Amino acid sequence: MNNKKYKRLTKKYLPKKINIKNLLLSFLCGGFIGLFGQILITVYSLAPNISNSEASNLMMVTLIFLASLFTGFGFFDNLIDLFKAGLIIPITGFAHSTTASAMEYRNEGLTTGIGANIFKLSGSVILYGIVSAYLFGIIRYMFFGG
Amino acid sequence: MTIKFDNIYIKDKAVCGGPFIKDGPIGKYLDFKYEDFLDGEKSYEECEIKELEKIINIIRKRNNIDIVLSSDLSNQLMISNVVNKKIGLPYLGLYNACASFCEEIIIGSSLLKNRNIKDVLITTSSHNLTSERNFRYPTEYGALKKEYQTFTVTSQTGMLLSKDKTNLKVECATIGRVMDYGVTDANDMGSVMAPACAYTLYEHLRDTKRSVKDYDLILTGDLGKYGKEILKELMKEEYGIKLTNYDDTACLIYNKDDKRVLAGGSGISCMPTYFLTKVINDKKIKKILLLATGALFNTTLVNQKKQIPSICHAISVVKL
Repeated sequence: MNNKKYKRLTKKYLPKKINIKNLLLSFLCGGFIGLFGQILITVYSLAPNISNSEASNLMMVTLIFLASLFTGFGFFDNLIDLFKAGLIIPITGFAHSTTASAMEYRNEGLTTGIGANIFKLSGSVILYGIVSAYLFGIIRYMFFGG
Repeated sequence: MTIKFDNIYIKDKAVCGGPFIKDGPIGKYLDFKYEDFLDGEKSYEECEIKELEKIINIIRKRNNIDIVLSSDLSNQLMISNVVNKKIGLPYLGLYNACASFCEEIIIGSSLLKNRNIKDVLITTSSHNLTSERNFRYPTEYGALKKEYQTFTVTSQTGMLLSKDKTNLKVECATIGRVMDYGVTDANDMGSVMAPACAYTLYEHLRDTKRSVKDYDLILTGDLGKYGKEILKELMKEEYGIKLTNYDDTACLIYNKDDKRVLAGGSGISCMPTYFLTKVINDKKIKKILLLATGALFNTTLVNQKKQIPSICHAISVVKL
């Protein structure tokens, strides 16, 4: 049996990917986090000396804090099992992967453990985030004058 | 390559289990259980080391041991090495991924042909969270899981091979070859290992001139819910053999209605845990063929998107 034929055989038995229930749960959860973020922004900007953009920064910090805290308590991975992309795509997913790595490698010391591994999963988000920010910054500067 | 053994017997055994295993169908056969993945230790590795040491000490109290053969899933067999440092007996560390159990029996039985070796201890150890971290993601990370992924068992086993006659005889073994049918998905272990398993089974039946019906039970290691069906189909299409009296330990070791274990159990201890508890206590089963399957990969191979090779060894055990 060659590889192609074998692939066809295995495909017959492996479960199909799309699951409506998962889709719906992710959609609702992602939407809820959006709503929660918007409420936070509105509440924060009620304070007299906080501008709108500062309020949105504060909202992100709050979400990151909550996701990291829940990861530390040990039940955030179960939530992700349930809501999947609904929790991974918002900034909560980034915070979760960073905290999970930090917790995992804390036994290996501050430098070689946490320091070297904390961005093991989220490192690519940071790298490509910075690279694309540079690129779009340059494009914006060239065509729209900054 | 099939080899016959004349007087190799299974003299003693000890099995312990952690979360998921202790609540499963084999829970009542365990020598001891532990409640959570840490069992009072600081790290998962320390927990695994502690349980394996306990297992070896249980067998050591009752028997003489000449050599210890150990295998586990940590990098460079760290768990086995540390445990054997504490035990202080002559030691060989072996690795064939989840096919290690059968590999150990083959090597142990061959060692027993020496006149001055009388008892060989075989240990296996796997822990869900140490192997999760070793092969996949950090333990607290909620990585998205595929339905066909397997869930590594948390258990440690010890089995003593001896020349003293008992009612469990290791009769013959087939040493498998490394196979590769071009699967690159490390989550899909069933598809990776089924071809190696099919070939070893075919070769075993051909060399011994037996048929599937000569065995009361043919047990594969950890193909999982989907790999099991793939193996059946592959045997029929490729070798024209219809599998009967066949089951897969991955599908038997956990509770059937538990959704958290996905496609079933896996890991070095998966097969020995089931075999040393349920199978040898079942009076109806007299002749057993064990097919331990192993996917021979590390994270570098998977990240470079290379094809994953696999292996399978067969052991035939007879109850006298």
